[in-house]
Amino acid sequence: MELFTNQILAGISTGAIYACMALAVVMIYQAIDHLNFAQGEMAMFSTFVSWQLMQWGIPYWWAFLLTLAFSFVAGIAIERILFKPLAKAPILTQVAGFIALFSIINSCAGLIWDFTIKQYPTPFGSAPFLGSQLISTHQAGMIGVTVLLLIALYIFFQYTRVGLAMRAAASLPESARLVGINTSWMIALGWGMAAGIGAIAGILIAPVVFLEPNMMGGVLIYGFAAAVLGGLTSPFGAVIGGFLVGIVENLAGTYIPGVGNELKLPIALALIITVLVVKPAGLFGRPIVKRV
Amino acid sequence: MSAVDDVVTEGQAVEAVPKRAMTLGAGTSLTVLALLLVIPFFAKNFIIFQMTMLLIYGLAVLALNILTGGSGQFSLGQSAFYAIGAYTSAILMEQYDVNYALTLPVAGVLCFAAGFLFGQPALRLSGVYLALATFALATAMPQLLKLGFFEKWTGGVQGLVVTKPDPPFHLPISQDMWLYYFTLVITIAIYIFSVNLLRSRSGRAFMAIRDNEIAASAMGVDVALYKTLAFGVSAGITGVAGGLGAIAVQFVAPDSYTITLAIALFLGMVVGGVGWLPGSIVGSAFIIFVPNIAESISKGLSGAVFGVLLFLVIFLVPHGARQVAIVSQQMIGKFRKT
Repeated sequence: MELFTNQILAGISTGAIYACMALAVVMIYQAIDHLNFAQGEMAMFSTFVSWQLMQWGIPYWWAFLLTLAFSFVAGIAIERILFKPLAKAPILTQVAGFIALFSIINSCAGLIWDFTIKQYPTPFGSAPFLGSQLISTHQAGMIGVTVLLLIALYIFFQYTRVGLAMRAAASLPESARLVGINTSWMIALGWGMAAGIGAIAGILIAPVVFLEPNMMGGVLIYGFAAAVLGGLTSPFGAVIGGFLVGIVENLAGTYIPGVGNELKLPIALALIITVLVVKPAGLFGRPIVKRV
Repeated sequence: MSAVDDVVTEGQAVEAVPKRAMTLGAGTSLTVLALLLVIPFFAKNFIIFQMTMLLIYGLAVLALNILTGGSGQFSLGQSAFYAIGAYTSAILMEQYDVNYALTLPVAGVLCFAAGFLFGQPALRLSGVYLALATFALATAMPQLLKLGFFEKWTGGVQGLVVTKPDPPFHLPISQDMWLYYFTLVITIAIYIFSVNLLRSRSGRAFMAIRDNEIAASAMGVDVALYKTLAFGVSAGITGVAGGLGAIAVQFVAPDSYTITLAIALFLGMVVGGVGWLPGSIVGSAFIIFVPNIAESISKGLSGAVFGVLLFLVIFLVPHGARQVAIVSQQMIGKFRKT
């Protein structure tokens, strides 16, 4: 029984990473209505920027804020320069664009900061949290930040005019335009916010997985899986999905015989698919009714 | 929120391509065929090998094109079927001494079955959810191939070495050239099969599902059957391509068939034009040669150069090679009139 609770705790702490990433994925999905494959690389690049700022002697929280601002602007710039011209292109072409962006960012980060693994500081310290060996203060801090972020997003989307306009632009662009919402800029804003949340996720994850250009590969996959599991239309679902994926992954690794580290990912994904087959819109997502 | 908010008239993920626009005219087809027949006589063995790979990836892209362009289902799991095909051929050839040509139909049938079965749970999913499910298949496949349980047959992490077949009847041509023509014949056969498939009753059913699933089922199309069938056919063709790939590369290992391969095939389809079968060969050329070009432009930044080239292509021709073909056809038409 103790092993079981320990594994659940460990699952929650890795789950916090996935929850963070899933939140960023859902954000951009809300804004542009598809998954951004380059999201992880954007987060990775932002994390490198913050690392560079700290190397230049800027204190942690200032570097954090500067990086956030940089990511927000960069997200908007990417949308304006690269994806706005593609808005009319077929969806699959846009997905190819995401893959191209992925390749460009990854390669550039590798050239600027090379592929060696770097340590990344944490503001929360890494002592055991409340006497438990499995969850450190950093991971507890990470969960805290994720929850705060979620509350902030909830308030933004439910109670501010801009949040409402963004939701309108994403769900019914034509009608939104008719009531005077600038849908094109709402999409750009969505990119900016998603890049910002991605940066936060990256900065929180970096002390755990270490900083290098490929750090996000695995995390992004779990983030996608978590977002899809929770339902792509629900930020709350994404966070719950993140924790669930973390727990399932840990339990599968412990209790199913013959499952080493290698098979953890396939099993987690297989479970998610099983859930999706039963509930195709994810656990907390709204099913979309289509017109003929 | 009222119920009205939940009703969305969604744009199609895959645009409707009229079936006439899915093929090339007779003249162009013959020219391409002649080129494919003649070039090897003037090329070195390495180039012939690359052309063989061009045809093989072309087949795999074609298979994805039938699935996505034909029936509107999205897959990131093609690398898994490619791997099954490759391993089937390799194991049959090396462990059971089966003739290489006979292993291909086995690979095709096995992959058809695998795809058909995988299509069953995938029926409930669409869009990003289907992408995730197929993605899971692609990430699981290399790990499954590495499992100790299968090591007796698969050779585990090390993989298997495949011997290259000699030309039959003591033909005075090199092994590479023989393999090229062998691949060419199979490619042409599968291409003709695919074109006819999409023109047939089944093909029309695929396209009806792609354009509007609800309308298709209202008109009496058995949606479940045709969706799984599309998966099966696509997987079967990918399996044959995988088998040919194993013979051409002379080596199979779990890490040759990762998600990277599936993504490459996807890019090939987009560059060639979704739903335009002849574009598959253009897409295949893109995924084989452009990474090399990027590498030669800049070693350190090859990924970035590749990304920029890809962006250039999709900015200039968002509909892929199909767009080029349509535009040039119109230009020729105008030219003839004047």
